Amino acid sequence: MLDLRAQLPTGPIDQMWDNHVNGLRLVGPRNRPSYRVIVVGTGLAGASAAASLAAMGYQVDSFCFQDSPRRAHSIAAQGGINAAKNYRNDGDSVWRLFTDTQKGGDFRAREENVYRLAQLSAPIIDQAVAQGVPFAREYGGNLANRSFGGVLVERTFYCRGETGQQLLLGAYQAMCEQIHARRITMHSRTEMLDLVVVDGRARGIVVRDLVTGEIHSYAAEAVVLATGGYGNIFYLSTNAKGCNATAIWRAHRRGAGMANPSFTQIHPTSIPASGENQSKLTLMSESLRNDGRIWVPRKANDKRPPHEISEAERLYYLEERYPRFGNLVPRDVAARNAKEVCDKGLGVGPTGYGVYLDFRDAIQRHGAEVIAARYDNLFEMYERITNENPFEVPMRIYPAVHYTMGGLWVDYNLMTTIPGLYAIGEANFSDHGANRLGASSLMQCLADGYFILPVTISDYLSRHPTHDVDVQHAQFQRITDDVRERTARLLSVGGRRSPQSFHRELGDIMWRDCGISRSEAGLRDGLDRIPQLREEFWRDLRIVGNGQSLNQSLEYAGRVADFLEFGELMCGDALQRDESCGCHFREEHQTPDNEAQRDDEHFCNVSVWEHTPSGPELNAEPLVFNALPRAQRNYKT
Amino acid sequence: MRFQLHIWRQEDSQSPGRMAAYSLDNVTPDMSFLEMLDALNEQLIAAGEEPVAFDHDCREGICGSCSLMINGEAHGPQTNTATCQLYMRHFADGTSITIEPWRALAFPVVRDLIVDRSALDRIIQAGGFISNHSGKKPEPNSNPVKPEIAELSLDAAACIGCGACVAACPNSSAMLFTAAKVAHLGLLPQGQPERYQRVQSMLERMQEEGFGACRNYGECEAQCPKGISIAFIGQLNRDYVRASLGRSQHSRGGMKAQ
Repeated sequence: MLDLRAQLPTGPIDQMWDNHVNGLRLVGPRNRPSYRVIVVGTGLAGASAAASLAAMGYQVDSFCFQDSPRRAHSIAAQGGINAAKNYRNDGDSVWRLFTDTQKGGDFRAREENVYRLAQLSAPIIDQAVAQGVPFAREYGGNLANRSFGGVLVERTFYCRGETGQQLLLGAYQAMCEQIHARRITMHSRTEMLDLVVVDGRARGIVVRDLVTGEIHSYAAEAVVLATGGYGNIFYLSTNAKGCNATAIWRAHRRGAGMANPSFTQIHPTSIPASGENQSKLTLMSESLRNDGRIWVPRKANDKRPPHEISEAERLYYLEERYPRFGNLVPRDVAARNAKEVCDKGLGVGPTGYGVYLDFRDAIQRHGAEVIAARYDNLFEMYERITNENPFEVPMRIYPAVHYTMGGLWVDYNLMTTIPGLYAIGEANFSDHGANRLGASSLMQCLADGYFILPVTISDYLSRHPTHDVDVQHAQFQRITDDVRERTARLLSVGGRRSPQSFHRELGDIMWRDCGISRSEAGLRDGLDRIPQLREEFWRDLRIVGNGQSLNQSLEYAGRVADFLEFGELMCGDALQRDESCGCHFREEHQTPDNEAQRDDEHFCNVSVWEHTPSGPELNAEPLVFNALPRAQRNYKT
Repeated sequence: MRFQLHIWRQEDSQSPGRMAAYSLDNVTPDMSFLEMLDALNEQLIAAGEEPVAFDHDCREGICGSCSLMINGEAHGPQTNTATCQLYMRHFADGTSITIEPWRALAFPVVRDLIVDRSALDRIIQAGGFISNHSGKKPEPNSNPVKPEIAELSLDAAACIGCGACVAACPNSSAMLFTAAKVAHLGLLPQGQPERYQRVQSMLERMQEEGFGACRNYGECEAQCPKGISIAFIGQLNRDYVRASLGRSQHSRGGMKAQ
């Protein structure tokens, strides 16, 4: 059994975090340099955490598999970051950001965490501006805002369509300052392959130097995983090609509980796949839904070009079904509706899996110049990929896997079930429930890294001695041997199939059986096929080259091997959650309006999986809602 | 489509490299350049040959990982386009394509098409930041920034750090990269206190790393996937001259925040 005590503070929800911080133990400035902290991953969560911890004085070792920490996939976030500043005087508040996030997550997140996230949203903007993040400004020089999918207020801050890039560069530059000051030791092109647990506490990691192939280990007083999400398991996703589950999966196998692994967000506005060779999907920021209208022809298999289809022959299905939110319904609702209309044969484009996102009316209303100022780089990106100009032809979009709400279980302090092992950002499960609101992932990563982890980890560190364990410890030797053995095993299979061919096949299974909508039969099919594919992988994998040099096939194969285990847990989790909630849409459980039908009596909980020799074991953390009572989501009225 | 590919192969930084020729069929116009290389690698693996190593990650033109010299041009023939967003429809069927790594003293080859660009990180570490601890900060709207200044700063900050400017420059200068960061931070009020120290430290570091000096060839701007303007280099030079004249010691009234 896992210990799932969440360490929640008491008191009114708006005072909980302050009370909690006031009760935490501190480490004095002179003692901090003697504590070593490992941070794996340099996206928004990892970079902000590493920079903050180092600036406090801790000795930080930071790791990323890319050639530079600036390349982590946070860089690709386009749309923006939410903050309850209420600059627009439109009734926004911490409370409203909290309730939007909870409702968006369909009441499958811990409300104490979510409230804290909303509270910390405003200081994030202050922090980013102080670092030199050039947010969009209004004519008077004040910060500009826009609204973003699924909400009725304008609280999203942005830098054109490059908000993630600019926030990441802010955090990366803060890291650079600390690298220069020698408080962060940066290990680029270095991949974490296992976690070292000594006497029940996380004490270090084993890594592979991706250039020389050498296996090394590093010891510390605490380990922070900021390794992002696992959406790449679907092969086609909006994730970067290198995104993987290896760090969190290896931690899971060493004892960390994995929470809600099946909760996957499918983003409604990606560019549709063009054919067989597609290697990834490119997102079009959902801010486009502010001005674009989504439609399909009313008649099935209507192959006429869009401008020949009259207004009466167009089905604006979101506007018709959800008159209040229209094209701004939450992501899962938009994605499911797109799939539904395409399954009915109404889809457009060469594959029939696409819907129009049309800017004609917005261009007429505001003028092409205004629309260009808002979305120029997105339009350009679209044209580059599809060879079509959205000013002349409506965009085509289709849902794509984008974000994983599930991840390592963490308590209120962001610590996993392994003492001393923390998980932050997308790598944990904590704040988005069964569905994440747009512009909230950047917010969560930075709340975790800049403000929460630095104080909670100090409390943990203050309770433990330093430098009592180093890499000479027998446990480090043992895990290092495990990693060497595993690497050798991958290299020695000697079969015929490339890592990519297995990844592609796994992706097909996951998309069909554990994608936008799920059913018992489909999930059982997935649970049958994945172990077979895994067996074939270990029998028929081919890696050319050796382990003593840079070998991208070997890196890839290791990640695919872990996906092949992770996918089974995802299907198992989706199967046991015999309800629909947020993005987790079980066909058996829907309202008469095709909305997700929750079963609060049986599933008002977080499913937390424990790795045991006899297979995954299910634990549950019950969710209690005191501040905001549960409600059925309804975006129709 | 069918292509003759001439690709640089190099075991590691110590070994000599060579150009190798491959022919690839069944390429479609809608494949990206990197998807074409994926297809080549699948073909190589099937034949028991080592696949071509190349850096890539986001494949949407923003992470800056991809770094290919295609027919002698950084990121290939399309302007304002990173390799990952280049499509095969821009190449004529049946032609030859030459693919090499970035070539520069400061970018040693790691393997095949992968080079070590950590020198760029070290330029940023030398001063490409606003010194800052995490914590309480002033209300941003208490310090307004004109929108055109914020936009200009963002134009510079859009740099993805790919190193194409270095690869394109006959002198292997990292001036555009450095100038973009100097301008991004130097245009903003928050960046003023360290403005002159920053430009000095970053430029010194650039030279120490083995990058050449700027000779105004302008190739950097022409081949930059983000279209970063060479005008930022002029701004850098102005700031550098001021810094050298010691203005940084007497900064009151001597510079404009916006």
